[in-house]
Amino acid sequence: MTARVVSKAEDLLPVYDILIVGAGPAGMAAAIEASKAGARVVVLDENPRPGGQIYREITRNRPGERSYLGSDYWKGKPLADLFAECSGDYAAKATVWSIEHTEDGEGKDHHRVGLTVAGVARMIEAAAVVLATGAQERPMSVPGWTLPGVMTAGAAQIALKSSGVVPSAPVVLAGCGPLLYLLASQLADAGGHNITLLDTSQSLLRWEALRHLPGFLGSPYLVKGLGLLLKTKRHIRVVTRVQSLAILGQNTVEGVRFATRLKTEALQAETVLLHQGVVPAINLATAAGCPLMWNERQRAFQPVTDAEGRTPRRGILIAGDSAGIVGAQAAEMGGRIAALAALSDLGLAKSASLIRDLQGRRQRFFQGRDFLDALYSPARAFLVPSDPETIVCRCEEISAGKLREVITLGPPGPNQLKTFIRCGMGPCQGRLCAATVTEIMAAAKGMNPGEIGTYRLRSPVKPVRLAELAALPHAPRALKAVTGRDPVDHQFKEEGHSL
Amino acid sequence: MLSRLREIEQSVHFTFDGASMRAERGDMLATALLAAGVHQVRHSVVSGAPRAPYCLMGVCFECLVTVDGVQNRQACLIEVEGGMTVLSQNGASSLPPRSGPDEGREVL
Repeated sequence: MTARVVSKAEDLLPVYDILIVGAGPAGMAAAIEASKAGARVVVLDENPRPGGQIYREITRNRPGERSYLGSDYWKGKPLADLFAECSGDYAAKATVWSIEHTEDGEGKDHHRVGLTVAGVARMIEAAAVVLATGAQERPMSVPGWTLPGVMTAGAAQIALKSSGVVPSAPVVLAGCGPLLYLLASQLADAGGHNITLLDTSQSLLRWEALRHLPGFLGSPYLVKGLGLLLKTKRHIRVVTRVQSLAILGQNTVEGVRFATRLKTEALQAETVLLHQGVVPAINLATAAGCPLMWNERQRAFQPVTDAEGRTPRRGILIAGDSAGIVGAQAAEMGGRIAALAALSDLGLAKSASLIRDLQGRRQRFFQGRDFLDALYSPARAFLVPSDPETIVCRCEEISAGKLREVITLGPPGPNQLKTFIRCGMGPCQGRLCAATVTEIMAAAKGMNPGEIGTYRLRSPVKPVRLAELAALPHAPRALKAVTGRDPVDHQFKEEGHSL
Repeated sequence: MLSRLREIEQSVHFTFDGASMRAERGDMLATALLAAGVHQVRHSVVSGAPRAPYCLMGVCFECLVTVDGVQNRQACLIEVEGGMTVLSQNGASSLPPRSGPDEGREVL
C-alpha cells in the first residue's frame, strides 16, 4: 500500500475514522499505527512534504549532501518511509482552522473539521481526531526583536534543512536551550563563520537542575549534549551568563548590545537568532475546547491529557510535543499510543498490551528531561521584559510598558487585556505574545502564571478567506435565514453544516 | 539575510515588487526571498515599521505577502512556483476593488 496523496479538498472523504493534524513524528506514527488496523485515516499538514519541523524535508534531503544536519535528523527517514507506505490519505498544504463537536446519524460523537486545501475550504467529519500540531518557540521579547534580520533559531534551522541556506555573518545566537547549541554546531559544520552564542541561562549548574542530575546521567541525552557543548565551544565564541540583550539597528539589524555581570559589550551583527526553548502549539486544541493546565517545570500551558493522549473532550486526542514537550522520539511513540487508544475507543482494535509496551519504551526518553528542563529554564529577565519600550505583541505593537500600565487598571486576566488593548488580536492570534503577556501579568500581580491563565481562543485558528467560507455548501435553512427567500431553485449538497 | 551553501541547480523564476528573483525548486517563498537578498517583505499595520519573516514555520505571520493577487498569504507556507507574482504589503490593506457594481449579488 502507499498513502493516497490528496491535493484537492474535494478529493477527501466526507467521513474518516481517525483524522490526524500534523505530519511530524507524532502525526506520521499515528497514521502508520491507525492504518495498520484498517481504519480510514487522513493526515492533514500545512507543509508541502511530511516530516514536521524536526524532520523537515526528510523525504528530499540526502545524507551525502547535507551531512551537517546530524545523525538525529536522519532518524526521521525510516519513519517517513513507513508513512509513505501506509494506507491512509495524506493532504499536504492543508490548513485546519476549526474543530467542533457534532453527532453522527446514530447519536455517536463526531467531530466536524474545517479545513482549506489549495484555496478551497471544506468541512469533513471524523469519529476521532488526533492533534499532533507540535511545538513552537517560546517568544523572547527583547528590545529590537521585530527588526528585519532577527529570526528564531528554529527558523534558521528550518532554512538549513529545507533549502541549505545559512544566516549571513556575523551571526549572533542568543537565548538558552539545547536547540541553540545544536544549531550553532550545525552552522559550524555547514561552514558558517563569525558566530557568537550568547547564553542567557543564569548559571550552567543550578541547584534545581542538580536535583535531576541522577536521571540525566542514565539518559540518552547525556552523550549528545556533552558532544555538542564541546564542539560548539571549539568553533564558536560562547558568552555565558548574559543578563541583558538589546538588538540594535534602524530598519534592519546592525548589531547587539549585551551585558554580563562583569561587562557590557556591543557586537556587529547581520543576523540575530533568538531562542529560549519550545512550548506546545496549543491554538487548535484550545479552540476545540480542550482544557489546559500549567506545566511549572516546562513553564508553559499544555492541554490536559491522560497517559494515552485522551483529552477530556471525548474523541480528541493529542500526541507529541503539542501535549507537552517530549522530543521527537518520544513524540513518535506518543503518536502510536494515541492512535491505538483512538482505535480501541472506537472499537476498531484491541490494543491494551501494545500500548503498555510502547509506554514502557517511551519512558526511556522521559528520563533526563527533568534535568534539561531545569537546566535550560529561561531566565526571568527574558520572560518578563523590563524595558517598557520592548514590543510584546508584534502584530498590534503593544509594548511591555503599555501592558503593565493597563494591568494596574485591574483586568482579571489576559482575555480582558485583549479587549482593552488588542494584544493577541492580530493575525498570529497570540502565538507570539501569549506566553509573555501571562508572565508580565503574573509578575505584576505576584501570582503564578497558572493562576493567570492564557488567551481563550476561537475558531478559525488560522485565517480563512470569506470567499472560501461563502463557497461552502449551505443547508437551505441557513440560506433562508440570510436571504429571507426559499432557495428553491438551487441544488444543495447536505455535506457540510449549516452556517 | 540568508546565504546559499550551494549554487541553485533547478531554478524557478518569480517576481517580488516587480523585480525578477531566482529560487531553487522546492524552496518556500519566505526562504527564497531572504536568500535572494530581500530584507523586508512588508511594513507593519500599526506603525509602518519594516518587518521580515521571523519563524519560517507558520506561527508568527510576519511574512505576509500578496501572491498572485491574494493578500495575506504566509510566504513561509507557500512553495515557490515559476511565474509567481509576489507583492509586499505596506500597512493595513484595503479591500480589492469590486469588478462590477452588482458582483456578489448573483451568488444566491
